Parts: sequence; C-alpha cells; structure tokens
Amino acid sequence: MSLSKDQVQHIATLARLQLEEDEFDDVVVKLSSIVNFVDQLQQAPTDDVIPMAHPLNQAQRLRPDVVTEVNDRDMIQANAPAVRDGFYLVPKVIE
Amino acid sequence: MSGQLQALHTLTLAELAKGLSRLEFSSRELIESLLSRIEEHDSSLNAFINVTADQALAVAEKCDKARSKGEAGELGGLPIVYKDIFCTKGVLTTCGSRILENFVSPYDATVVERLSSAGVVMLGKTNMDEFAMGSSNETSYFGPVRNPWDTTRSPGGSSGGSATAVAARLAPAATGTDTGGSIRQPAALTNTVGLKPTYGRVSRYGMIAFASSLDQAGVITRTAEDAAMLLSVMAGFDERDSTSVDHPVPDYVAGLTGPLKDLRIGIVRQHFDSGLDEQCAKRVKDALAALEQQGASLIEVDLPNLDLSVPTYYVVAPAECSSNLSRFDGVRFGHRTDDAKDLLDLYCRSRGEGFGAEVKRRIMTGTYVLSAGYYNAYYLKAQKVRQLISQDFKNAFEKVDVIAGPTAPTPAFRLGDKTDDPITMYLNDIYTIGANLAGLPGISVPCGFVEDLPVGLQLVGPHFAEETILACAHQYQQLTAWHTRCPEAYQ
Repeated sequence: MSLSKDQVQHIATLARLQLEEDEFDDVVVKLSSIVNFVDQLQQAPTDDVIPMAHPLNQAQRLRPDVVTEVNDRDMIQANAPAVRDGFYLVPKVIE
Repeated sequence: MSGQLQALHTLTLAELAKGLSRLEFSSRELIESLLSRIEEHDSSLNAFINVTADQALAVAEKCDKARSKGEAGELGGLPIVYKDIFCTKGVLTTCGSRILENFVSPYDATVVERLSSAGVVMLGKTNMDEFAMGSSNETSYFGPVRNPWDTTRSPGGSSGGSATAVAARLAPAATGTDTGGSIRQPAALTNTVGLKPTYGRVSRYGMIAFASSLDQAGVITRTAEDAAMLLSVMAGFDERDSTSVDHPVPDYVAGLTGPLKDLRIGIVRQHFDSGLDEQCAKRVKDALAALEQQGASLIEVDLPNLDLSVPTYYVVAPAECSSNLSRFDGVRFGHRTDDAKDLLDLYCRSRGEGFGAEVKRRIMTGTYVLSAGYYNAYYLKAQKVRQLISQDFKNAFEKVDVIAGPTAPTPAFRLGDKTDDPITMYLNDIYTIGANLAGLPGISVPCGFVEDLPVGLQLVGPHFAEETILACAHQYQQLTAWHTRCPEAYQ
C-alpha cells in the first residue's frame, strides 16, 4: 500500500508539522515503506490475546493529590521564546 | 605530569576508585587528564555536544577536599559523561535536536542527581541520534559521531557519543538510554559493555521521553564490574517516575562472582537463521563455547515471534513518540519560528524547522497508527503481538537463566550506508528490540573482532535478573581480553 500525498498532508496537519516542498516526496515514499513494513503484523494470529500496555503488565501507580513542587516560574520561563509579566506570548488567537 | 598520570585514561572505573582512595592521584588530576584527552581527540570523533570543563574541575576539587576529610564515598571524584538526553540543571540539554538547541534544563534527572550525590563528576554531555531515534548517530542535529575503530564508520546509536567516549578512552563510563537497543548496539559496535536494566529499574524522571513504555536508562563502560558499580547507585524506586518499580536493589558488585557452573544459557535458534553476518556468528559461538567450558549448559530455546518484534516496535514506539513530542510547541521552551501568522502556523513551522527528517517520520508514523480508523488495525494489534513476544520470553525463561546471542547483525557499517532506507536501518535492532518490548534486562559484552571491528555478545535475563547477566558478563571478561583492546589512535 502506498500513502497518497493527500493522506500524508492530513497526517502532517494532525501532527502539527509543516513539511517543505522539497522534503514532501521523500516523506511520502519513506512513510509508505514504513507502513508496508509494519503491515506484516496483520498476519499474526492474536484472537483472545490481551493487549500489552505495560512491559511488566503492571497497573500505573497513583499518588496522593498534594502539591510537591515549588513555584519556579521565573527559572522555568527563562527557557521560553517569549514571555511578559509571567505569561507566555503567542500570536493573537481571538479577534 | 608523570607517566602514571598520563595513563589514567587506560584505567577502569574500579581501578580509578582504588587509586583515588589510596591517594595515588587526585580527582582534579584525573579530570584534568581526561579533559585534555577530550580536547585532543574529540574533533575527530564528535562524541560530545558540550564539555563542562569548568564545572567538572570545581566538582573534582570539592571531592578532593571531602576525601581529605575522610568524607568521600566509593564513587567520589570519579568521572562520567551523560548522554545529552539526561536533564542537567543549569547545563545545556539538547537531546541532539535543533528544537532544544538552546535549552538549559531547570532541574537534574534522578540519574544525574543520584550520581552527583555519590560524588561522580560530569565531564560533559554526549552526542546522540535526535531524540534517541536512530541506530547510527547520523540523525543528530550536531552531526554524526565517528567510530574510533574506523572513523569512516558509525559507532551505532542512539547512544553513539557515549559509546565512542568510552571506547576512545575519553571517559571511563557513560550513561545511555535504550528504547530498542540504543545502549547495547553501540556498545557492541565500539568494543564496550552496555547495560540496559529491567524496565522501571532506573528512574526515567528527567530523561527526555521518546517511548515511555520502552525507555530505560543504563550505562556504557569497559567492564561489567564498572557497570555493576554504577547500577548500584542509579537503580531504585523514585516516586517522581510513575513507572518506577519498588523492588529491592541488591549489591550488584557483590553478585559478580555468582558461579557459571550450572547456569542454563538459552540459545535462540532464530538468532542464527538468517541476516546474521557469518563471521559475527562465529565470534558469538566461540563465546558461547567458552561459557560452556566453565560449566554452563547451552540449551536451545525458541522465540517464534522474533521476526515480528521490529514491526511491533515501529508501531508502539512511534505512537508513544508522537504523544511525547507534542510538548514541543514553540511556546514554553525550545525553537520558535519567526513571524508566525497564527497559532497553528506557529506550531507547525516551529516543529517543522526544529525536528529532523527521522523524527518527523516517526511522529507521522505514530500519528497515522493512532488516527481514527487505524488504531485497532495497527496500535491495538501491535500491543497484542507485544504480549505474544513477551510470552515467548517467559516460556523460554522457564527452561533457562539467560538467553545469549548476537547483539547486532553486522559489525559497524559505513556512515551514509543505511541512511536512504529506514527499514534497513531499523533491522539493525532485530536482536535487541525484544528485550525492550518485554521489559527485560540485557547487556552487550565484547566477544571478538571481525577485520578489526568489534563484535558484541548479548545476554538477556528475566525481569530484575541484572545480577545474573552481570555475573555472566563479568566472568566472561575474566576469561577473555577483548575488552582491553583499544583503537590504535586512542591508546
């Protein structure tokens, strides 16, 4: 099976990835070959097999809902591309 | 500098620990000698993204002072390098990606915190495949790492910088992470020891996530003994990692002498069927014969779904990666595009510019297999096959204590040889991926050479059997001297 250009564009949009014109064809070819490769899973008989979500087949541990971290906003926002008055800046989203 | 000091880089971690405790040299002298080696040799290897020289010297001095007061621990003053996937407070942490090119971590990973508390000194951060997605180190934004055994070849990946630093004697030990073989495969290709512990054995907190149900932190060293020393400090429960397992941590060094006699070693028929280089197969069989001579018994076992492990991995790992990497949005940290016209454009272009080709392919593969209409056919199906693969190992471990075989299908390949075809690259991990899918501990140990290129023997054990595989690897190293060989240009 080969993915179409439209399908690849749809996947890219879902993944929030801008693909440049010069990389698009390469992505279509390689993504198609990966999908073909993983398609061999379809032949495996898996009726009545429980899907494995955790490698030790364990449940996720829960912790009490209490505050454990201190507020290090300034230090954390030092990595942000654009902040003002403690807020993250993004392009205008509401007219 | 005396001759002895010049030779500090040739010593293992255990030997260095002895030397420090006997005051034969100081930590500062040790760190200085390694920093000067890194400066001399790394331009030909590209193993480092960042060398933290000033910080290393300051910490070394502190360790020397502690030692003079009798307050140094066993690992105090010993050097290490961290794969650049581990967050290090106040230090650049790039994960080999443009999107994190300028990211300075506000906190330490638990692994870093534990080793630092033990007095271990960070020399720098090592190069890696971008977000640990690759088997050759060629996907790094900072350029490929070169294999010290032949600089036209790849050291493997994704922990290629860590393996290269240890192989070229620029550091005695390194951390790595292993999602599908990223510690064991580069160890095999560089003549080093690479240990991936049981899933949940070592905390993933502060280790930048690729595939959360597969990722595990481990070490690359020259001996199993050194790996045991480090694991004893790194392992253990961490409440900040919700998948960390609360299981007692044994003294791994004390366990190294467990006898090989009566050890049942499983040989997987499918490992030698096809795809394995003939000369590599011969080295691995020689190693198995050596273990048998020590009283271990070799028993044939079956992993009938081995062939499906790579396709299973390439559904599960990309699916988890597409979720994990959604945090890189150009808003809170990391690369941001210029002049975005709206928020969607900001996300798409920041990510499009910040991620390299392989990372984009994996995010898109993951997005596809999780998308409406495909979830059951791919993701759920892969999780079921994962259960079958895990069950195959369980069945095998009813008959044997460890499973032994090759780590990688061939010795180190040339840079550029496999970059055009992702599937050929993915198949490099055919022997290592199973342990990740089943959450099992595995180790690669040097077992010979093919035309001057190293070959690795892989040992895989049941959950939490690190002691068994470390003991087996350690005793094999007592019988052989492969691991003492060093590439000529880096002696």
